Amino acid sequence: MTARKKVAAITANVACAYAMRQINPDVVPAYPITPQTTIMEEFSTYVADGIVNTRLVRVESEHSAMSAAIGASAAGARVMTATSSQGLALMWEMLYIASALRLPIVMQNVNRALSAPINIHCDHSDSMGARDSGWIQLFSENAQEAYDNTIQAVKIAEDMRVRLPAMVLYDGFIVSHAIDRVELLDDQVVKDFVGEFKPVYPLLDEENPVTVGPFDSLNGYYFEFRRMQEEVMKRAKGVIVKVGEDFRRISGRSYGLFESYQTEDANYILIVIGSAAGTARVAIDSLRQQGIKVGLLKLRVFRPFPFEEIAKTLSSAKAVAVLDRSLSPGSQGGPVFQEVCSALYSLESRPAIVNYIYGLGGRDIEPAHFFKVVADLEDLAEQGSKESIVKYLNLRE
Amino acid sequence: MANLKDLSKKREGLVGGHRLCAGCGEGIAVRQVLLAAPRPLVCAVATGCLEVSTTVYPYTSWNCSLIHTAFENAAATLSGVETAFEALKARGKVEKDFHFIAFGGDGGTYDIGLQALSGALERGHRLLYVCLDNGAYMNTGIQRSGATPLGAWTTTTPVGKKEPGKLGWRKNLTAIAAAHNGTYVAQASISHWKDLTQKVEKAMAFDGPSFINVLTPCPRGWRTKEAQTVRIARLAVETCYWPLFEVENGKWQVNFQPREKKPVEEWLKLQGRFKHLFKEENQPLREKIQNYVDAEWEKLLALSSL
Repeated sequence: MTARKKVAAITANVACAYAMRQINPDVVPAYPITPQTTIMEEFSTYVADGIVNTRLVRVESEHSAMSAAIGASAAGARVMTATSSQGLALMWEMLYIASALRLPIVMQNVNRALSAPINIHCDHSDSMGARDSGWIQLFSENAQEAYDNTIQAVKIAEDMRVRLPAMVLYDGFIVSHAIDRVELLDDQVVKDFVGEFKPVYPLLDEENPVTVGPFDSLNGYYFEFRRMQEEVMKRAKGVIVKVGEDFRRISGRSYGLFESYQTEDANYILIVIGSAAGTARVAIDSLRQQGIKVGLLKLRVFRPFPFEEIAKTLSSAKAVAVLDRSLSPGSQGGPVFQEVCSALYSLESRPAIVNYIYGLGGRDIEPAHFFKVVADLEDLAEQGSKESIVKYLNLRE
Repeated sequence: MANLKDLSKKREGLVGGHRLCAGCGEGIAVRQVLLAAPRPLVCAVATGCLEVSTTVYPYTSWNCSLIHTAFENAAATLSGVETAFEALKARGKVEKDFHFIAFGGDGGTYDIGLQALSGALERGHRLLYVCLDNGAYMNTGIQRSGATPLGAWTTTTPVGKKEPGKLGWRKNLTAIAAAHNGTYVAQASISHWKDLTQKVEKAMAFDGPSFINVLTPCPRGWRTKEAQTVRIARLAVETCYWPLFEVENGKWQVNFQPREKKPVEEWLKLQGRFKHLFKEENQPLREKIQNYVDAEWEKLLALSSL
C-alpha cells in the first residue's frame, strides 16, 4: 500500500521555507531582499512558533549574513541562508571565502536582475556573476525542483568528498512567487535524508583549537589550496548524481546533471536553464507535431559544469541554440554559451551553435520565440555555419 | 578581580613567534585581554596587523580557536559563531559554556567595520568586541582612518605646503557604541593593565554585548621609540586625550582622573607624526587639539555626574 502523497499549492519561496523547516538548520542569518523575502517571512513564522530549533539572526546586511553564516558553519553548525541580486552582489567577497574555507552552507538565490537600473524581476545575471566563487550551483525550473534541490543541496554540500557551499537557484517572481503544485515529503523522510550535521575542525572544540582563515605569504600555499578546490568541485559532480539517485528512492523524482527531453533523435537541441524550459517544452511538443525533430536540454547543474555529458548529448545534433538569461559585456555570448562552446570544442564534428540572450530584467519569453529559434537553427544547419552567433529574443530593436 | 600574580600564572592566549613589530601596542593589549578572559574561548579577528602577524600559515600564535574571514566583519563573523554556540548548546551538541571575543583595529572597526559592530551590538549577542586603536590603517602602511586625530601625519594625510596633516578631529566610537541599548562599553589603555583586565572580566560576565576600545600605540605609525609604547599610552591617558571610562546600562563613569591634567602637547611632542605641529605657524593647530581634548573631557565629566 502506497502512502498518500502530500501535495500543496504553494510558491517556490514557501516550498523552500518548508524544506528549511524540515531540514531544521542550526543557524540562519538572513537579510531581506525582493524576491527572496517571503522565504524568510515564512520561515520566521516557524521560528516564532517554536517549531524549529533554528536560531534566526536578522543581520544588518547581506555581507553580514554571509559573514555570520561562515562564522556559524566554521563553529560547527548546519547553516542556511537566502538572497537575490544586489544581496548576492554585496556578499560577493564572502562567497569566495565560504568556499575556500570549505563550509557546506546552503543558500537559495532567487534569480533577479542586477542594477542599474534597478529591476526586481528575473534574470540570471546575479548568480552568473558568482560562477567563479567556488559554490555549487543548481538551477531549478519550478517550485518542485526548488524544494527538491534545497533538500539535495544539503546532502551534496555536506558530503565528505565535497564540503563546499551550494546555491539553489530559481527564477524570481516567475517561480518564487507563482503558486505551483508541489509534492512535499514527510518530515522524517527529509530528516533521515539529510542526516545529522558532521562538523569538520569546528571552532567550538576546546581540546582541539583551530585557526580558520590564516594569512598565506608569498611562499605560501594559495595556489595549492585553489587547485584542491578545483579537484573537489570536479568530485562534486559524481556526488550530485549519487545524491540524485538517493533522492529518487525517497521521492520517485529523478535528478541528474541535466534533463534531456526528446534529445535522442533530435536534429536541433535547445539548451535552457530555469522556468523558460517549461515554455520550451510546450514549443517543442508543437514543433514535433509538425515533424520537426527538436529536443530540450534543461541544464540543472551549472557548477560543476558537466562538459563531457553535454558534449555527448549534443554531438548528434545538427544545430544547437543556447539560451542565456544574462550577458557578459565584451564577451562573445553569455556564460552558458561560452561553457557549451568550450564543451564542444574537443568534438571531431560539432553542431552549428547560436546563442540567444533573452529575458533580461524579467522580459517575457513565449513559445513563438522558440519557433523562431528553431527556424533559425534549421537555416543554420543547412548552411553548415561554424560561426559563433549571438542573437536576442524579444528585445526592442 | 585577578591580581598580577594570578594573571602571571595563567596560560598565555597569544604565544610568541608571531611577526608583530617590536614595541607593538596590539600584542600587549591582546595578551592582557586573553589573560583576563575565561575559557573556553573563541576569538575572531579582522584583517590587520594582528591577523597577518599571528596566523602566518602553517603557524598560529593563538591558544584558542580563532577565525578570520575578512576586514569589515569580525563582529558579524563572531555573531555567527556565538549563535552557533547557542544553537548547538540548546541541542546538547556542545557542553561547555564558550566565550567570545572579537579583535579589530580602528580601521576595521571605526570605518569599514562600523556596520557589523553596530548590528552585533543591537542584536544583543553575548560577545565582547575589542577595538585596538592605533589611529590609522597601520597594516597597509599608515593611512588615515576615522580614528586619526587632528594634525596627525599619515601617508594619506601627509604634511605638505597646503595641509598640515589630518584635517578634522576624530570619531568618538566609544560613545557611538554606548548609544546602543543593553551594552557594556568601556575605554581602556595598555598602560593601565588593572583597569583593562577588570573591564574585560566585567565584559565577559555581562549578559549582553560589550565593547572595549583600547589605545594601542604603534611605533611605526606614530614615529615613536619602540621601548616607549606603554609610556606613551600612559601619557595619552594623563593628558585626557584617551580617558578611561565605562558606560554600563547607560550610566557613564570616568574611571581615572589625573591628579594633574597634563597639557596634550606633552603627549604630542614625543611622536614624530606630530613633529610639524611644533613649528611656529602650527601653534593654532596645537591649541585646537587641546580645545578638542578639553571639550570632550568636560563632556565626559558631565555625563559621569548624571
